[in-house]
Amino acid sequence: MIYMDNAATTKIRPEVYEAIEPYLKDLYANPSSIYTFAAKTAKDIEAARNTVADFLGAKSNEIYFTAGGSESDNWALKSVAFTMRNKGKHIITSTIEHHAILHTCEFLERAGYDITYVGVDEYGVIKLDELEAAIREDTILISVMYANNEIGSIQPIKEIGEIAHKHGVLFHTDAVQAYGHVDINVDEQNIDMLSASGHKINGPKGVGILYIRSAIKMEPLIHGGAQERGRRAGTLNAPGIIGFAKATELAKAELDQRNDYEIKLRDYIIKRITEEIPYTRLNGHPTDRLANNINISFRFIEGESLLILLDQKGICGSSGSACTSGSLDPSHVLLAIGLPHEIAHGSLRLTISEENTYEEADAVVDELKRIVERLRNMSPLYEDFVKENR
Amino acid sequence: MSQVLEYSEKVMDHFSNPRNVGEIENASGVGTVGNAKCGDIMRIFLDIEDNVIKDAKFKTFGCGAAVATSSIATEMIIGKTVEEALKLTNKAVMEALGGLPPVKVHCSLLAEEAVHAALWDYAQKNGLMIEGLEPPVADIEERE
Repeated sequence: MIYMDNAATTKIRPEVYEAIEPYLKDLYANPSSIYTFAAKTAKDIEAARNTVADFLGAKSNEIYFTAGGSESDNWALKSVAFTMRNKGKHIITSTIEHHAILHTCEFLERAGYDITYVGVDEYGVIKLDELEAAIREDTILISVMYANNEIGSIQPIKEIGEIAHKHGVLFHTDAVQAYGHVDINVDEQNIDMLSASGHKINGPKGVGILYIRSAIKMEPLIHGGAQERGRRAGTLNAPGIIGFAKATELAKAELDQRNDYEIKLRDYIIKRITEEIPYTRLNGHPTDRLANNINISFRFIEGESLLILLDQKGICGSSGSACTSGSLDPSHVLLAIGLPHEIAHGSLRLTISEENTYEEADAVVDELKRIVERLRNMSPLYEDFVKENR
Repeated sequence: MSQVLEYSEKVMDHFSNPRNVGEIENASGVGTVGNAKCGDIMRIFLDIEDNVIKDAKFKTFGCGAAVATSSIATEMIIGKTVEEALKLTNKAVMEALGGLPPVKVHCSLLAEEAVHAALWDYAQKNGLMIEGLEPPVADIEERE
């Protein structure tokens, strides 16, 4: 098997697995309990919180553990909407957010909030002038993702935060794809809230964080016990939290080295595909993108067919095609950067890791060449194109 | 749920080894339905002699189910009279494939419509009136 779907999820690192194991077996105490047996776990969780805070340039009491990126996104938006409802009911986000943001915004719209979706340029980077122009008296929050999950475009986070603060508006960023892959400093980058997820950085599934700047008033999303300083109820997920911190520690230590390798491999794959397969285009910015992200559209073919044929050769990738999402519309991100529907349908996302080799890259590209040719030979769109250009 | 798991063995077989892919030169009838916006376009070519479908070929832009439904539809109409082919329903196509996931049912409608469109083209070219044959809708989504 060749796994190139690391934006979907990643393989747990052996070091992370080892760090978690004791908390799944012997150290099962509820860290909120009073006895000595629970004390070690409680202490280790606080150390984990420190590790995460340190990575973000935050204070440890600004880190809240959640059940993952989607919960963190939901919490940030719904809590700000609730606590600031007397100031205003206007939120600004982008057209290329993850559904954890977009569907939460749709929910808030049904609850009477007004949402402005700011567009992006051809590379999938938010238009800062449009963003600033969208700010109103009643704007309470700007939420823009750090890096896009489909096309890897990295957003001008510091500038967005500057604009938000200039107008006295809070700034949240969904950093699920960026956390552990880029250097983040919440103070320098004017970030008030940040969501991240464990399983995107070789950590466990079912754990994430929400960073919340200490001055911000928050309402819990999950009401109940007094965990997380009364802001997020639920028995602490000790194995998840320990694993999240271990994955963060490894990501931090290896960040530059891993990015260097991934960028070279990424660009090698992009070069081979776009040079050796005609009628293809790279989606997203050529250089200003996540080190692991490759997103390419192949004209005249449809993404699901491509994915199934790749799967039959043991290659795992993903697509922005409608057929993989169960709706008739292709990826909202590819449409937002201006791709016509039929080209958006024929897209492939490969997200590599430091474990992928050049041999694997060659095998994937060679297989892609055969599959794309096969699907084009079956495509009425290609037939028409060839006849028109004969 | 993973699409690969949702497809029946028959669908996967027709997708992986599609029957009758290609074109027919000077076909008796050609029909194209669907649209690129929704991600599915099917084109069916028919070779008809003495009111019998001697050969059928297809080209499809679309998902696994779209390829499989066009493949099996061509298989089901070869050797049939025009009237028999006209009776091919999307239900029959789905049954022959051992079912389709709910979100893919429209692919079977598209296959039915593609056959009708090709038969309509044949009737038009030959000035024939075929009972029950109506002008095709190019875009199957309009009908739903």
